Amino acid sequence: MSKVKKTALGLAAALAVLAPGALGAKTLVYCSEGSPENFTPAVNTTGTSFDAARPIYSQLVEFERGSTKVVPGLAESWKVSDDGKTITFSLRKGVKWHSGINGFKPTRDFNADDVIWSFERQWKAEHPYAKVSGGKYDYFADMDMGKLLASITKTDDYTLVMTLNEPNAPMMANLAMDFAAIHSKEYADMLDKAGKKEQFDQIPVGTGPFSFVAYQKDAVIRYKANPAYWGEKALVDDLVYAITPDPTARYSKLKAGECHYAIAPRPADVPEIKKDPKLQIISQSGLNIAYWAFNVGKPPFDKKEVRQAFNMAIDKPTIIRDVYLGAGQAAKNLIPPTLWSYNDKVQDYAYDPAKAKELLAKAGVTTPMEVDLWYMPVQRPYNPNAKRIAEMMQADLAKIGVTAKLVTYEWGEYRKRAQQGEHTTAQLGWTGDNGDPDNFFFLRGCSGARAGGQNLTKWCNKDYDDMLVKARATPDVAARTKLYEQMQVIEHEEAPDMKIAHSIVNDAAVANLTGYKMSPLGGHHFKGVDLK
Amino acid sequence: MLIHFLKRLALTIPTFFALMFITFVAIRLVPGDPVEVRVGERGISPERLAQFRHELGLDQPVWKQFFDYVWGILHGDFGKSLVTNEKVVTEFFTLFPATVELSFAAMLFATCIGIPAGAIAAVKRGSRYDQTLMGLSVAGFSMPIFWWGLLLIMLVAERLHLTPVSGRIDLIKYYFEPVTGFMLIDSLLSDQKGAFKDALHHLILPMIVLGTVPLAVVARMTRSSMLEVLSEDYVRTARAKGLSPARVIGLHALRNALIPVVTVIGLSVGSLMAGAVLTETIFSWPGVGKWLIEAIGRRDYPALQGGVMLVSAIVILVNLGVDVLYGVINPRIRHG
Repeated sequence: MSKVKKTALGLAAALAVLAPGALGAKTLVYCSEGSPENFTPAVNTTGTSFDAARPIYSQLVEFERGSTKVVPGLAESWKVSDDGKTITFSLRKGVKWHSGINGFKPTRDFNADDVIWSFERQWKAEHPYAKVSGGKYDYFADMDMGKLLASITKTDDYTLVMTLNEPNAPMMANLAMDFAAIHSKEYADMLDKAGKKEQFDQIPVGTGPFSFVAYQKDAVIRYKANPAYWGEKALVDDLVYAITPDPTARYSKLKAGECHYAIAPRPADVPEIKKDPKLQIISQSGLNIAYWAFNVGKPPFDKKEVRQAFNMAIDKPTIIRDVYLGAGQAAKNLIPPTLWSYNDKVQDYAYDPAKAKELLAKAGVTTPMEVDLWYMPVQRPYNPNAKRIAEMMQADLAKIGVTAKLVTYEWGEYRKRAQQGEHTTAQLGWTGDNGDPDNFFFLRGCSGARAGGQNLTKWCNKDYDDMLVKARATPDVAARTKLYEQMQVIEHEEAPDMKIAHSIVNDAAVANLTGYKMSPLGGHHFKGVDLK
Repeated sequence: MLIHFLKRLALTIPTFFALMFITFVAIRLVPGDPVEVRVGERGISPERLAQFRHELGLDQPVWKQFFDYVWGILHGDFGKSLVTNEKVVTEFFTLFPATVELSFAAMLFATCIGIPAGAIAAVKRGSRYDQTLMGLSVAGFSMPIFWWGLLLIMLVAERLHLTPVSGRIDLIKYYFEPVTGFMLIDSLLSDQKGAFKDALHHLILPMIVLGTVPLAVVARMTRSSMLEVLSEDYVRTARAKGLSPARVIGLHALRNALIPVVTVIGLSVGSLMAGAVLTETIFSWPGVGKWLIEAIGRRDYPALQGGVMLVSAIVILVNLGVDVLYGVINPRIRHG
């Protein structure tokens, strides 16, 4: 082969390799449902805002993509002391901050100072950024971080020591949550000096797989791939969030190729999307539970048989079919099946009105009797129509001689009264925060059974509660799993509530989108996602 | 003239105060306050709830909240959004150009088609054309915007691929920083080829949807006003002078018939804003309408109050402008 030919072939090969990047950058468009409040998860509470911040940041530890397993993030490894009160983190070296954003040129890599800065902003009132952007750190407060943390110090730039006031196994899951995103202290100092602190939460700098490019309010958020990212690199060059609040418009855009991934299609559109060869539905059961709580403080619900009878009296499959319209699965445990420690051996109460009647008689309850049935006045992620469910329950209860009186209040008032225990039976539900089972099982713990507490059943079972407390202080996952499995058996037998459903979360995407792993926690991640 | 203007201006002051009062009361009558909307199933400790409400000023007596709010507005301070912590005025004027662009295009669409269509209907009074047009205009006037928008998206964008579905520009092909906030102007200022055409393309469907109701109104108004003018003596005189029908209708009749039409256009600014709220939601158009809808959902009191006040102020000012203009065009009004 002549030299010229060889050179030509070499050039052609080089061009072929370069082609996709050189000729047209790959852009992934995500049709999201709303505008973020800003880009600092710690000061926000909505999934929309977390989704918008997620491409930008990393946490000390992270949830493995598509699961609730906690894996190393900015901390390469960690060690928990024997008493469970001290966690020592070894931080990753050589992690670069996004450069060139808002005139910021980092002079150093990520280190322990950034971690301390990020937590202290939410924790210490005297922190220079404590009051910026409203200064409300809801998740930090809700996860009891202020009470759990005793101190966060560094022994050197890459060794961080976190001391707790009491051992707490779910802490690692808390640290993987969005609010625990790590920010650049150097960037914060730069803005502080320039007197532009408020820009910190609007123009974000992180260490994540994508860096921030621009946000046009209510229209679009742009990111570009971070070539220096420390983990699994982004497979597309640009990421665009096209803010499209109307689900019908999102579906149309998806069909027209104006976006590649769309959040939450209308349930009615799902069958059609499934049939379309150019599109796909990506779904998973949501990290939530809809339940119907029986107030054990009020007769006849102090009797186990009555509670079990009510479980058997309701035709659950029909509720799932007619109210959830295919976007829900019947629940038998408090936690959804995607969560570790789910006890699949528990057998749900079958629909059996005759047996229910028998049990009521056995418990000495004379029918006809009357109960209150409270339902939420609003739609929730785990319950599309509490009123409709209440009506169906009412009809089912009539068959066993129980007259249910439907009751509701304004939403805030509803929660307040139900937590006070004013109801005899009430529907409610829960959406998990951190993928730790404790974040669900605490709902039936004794500390929540006081008036005003979150345990709407007011049921306080010593065995259950002892195990709950023990599991919280046990770092070993296998040991915790065993405890949680037993707790599910007790809770099923005692039946302080009827578990209604876990909703199924649907998203839609174009057929050539690959690598997307839906998070059981409900968030959206676009690293590792490609367009073929 | 000056007195006429001042009189009109003075009349707007009580309107503003009434508006301030109504927006303030209305949003507070909706169940759920901003703190409750923020807190979900989890609930909130009474101490934190008290702290939140204090920071947001919600623990003050209602009359004091209202007084502070009016005092703020009189000093040009519309407050900060409870959600984003940005000044309401800043947020409003970031989004306002998108709404203006859309409304202006819709009005242009309505007048450019409505006036000639109405004029022809008047000239050919009673003909099949006239009957069809009037039938269509009744349909147009009673068209539910949401339904109409979705129908057009499905038919024109999805089925026929003639226009994009929603948004203001192709997000994959074009990217430039907003300078004026008007996409048509910004796309021209950017050196990206094809951007202007693409922005124009994106404007078509929302323009038609928002322009449909005013189109019907303008067409009907032009027709009836035209009919009146056509029977005037001076038109007969013009005809008798032997002027061509085009000159008679175009120069003599139409110009005079347009006076009430101008008023109607001015008055429709208010209903355009109302229509923009829906149109923007359907077409993911980042304007103030969509922003106000979200503010209601989040019980963002300052954004909602400030936003409604600013929109109302603009509507009132436009109407004032039309009033004054009308006085200029038709001196009889001034003295009336």
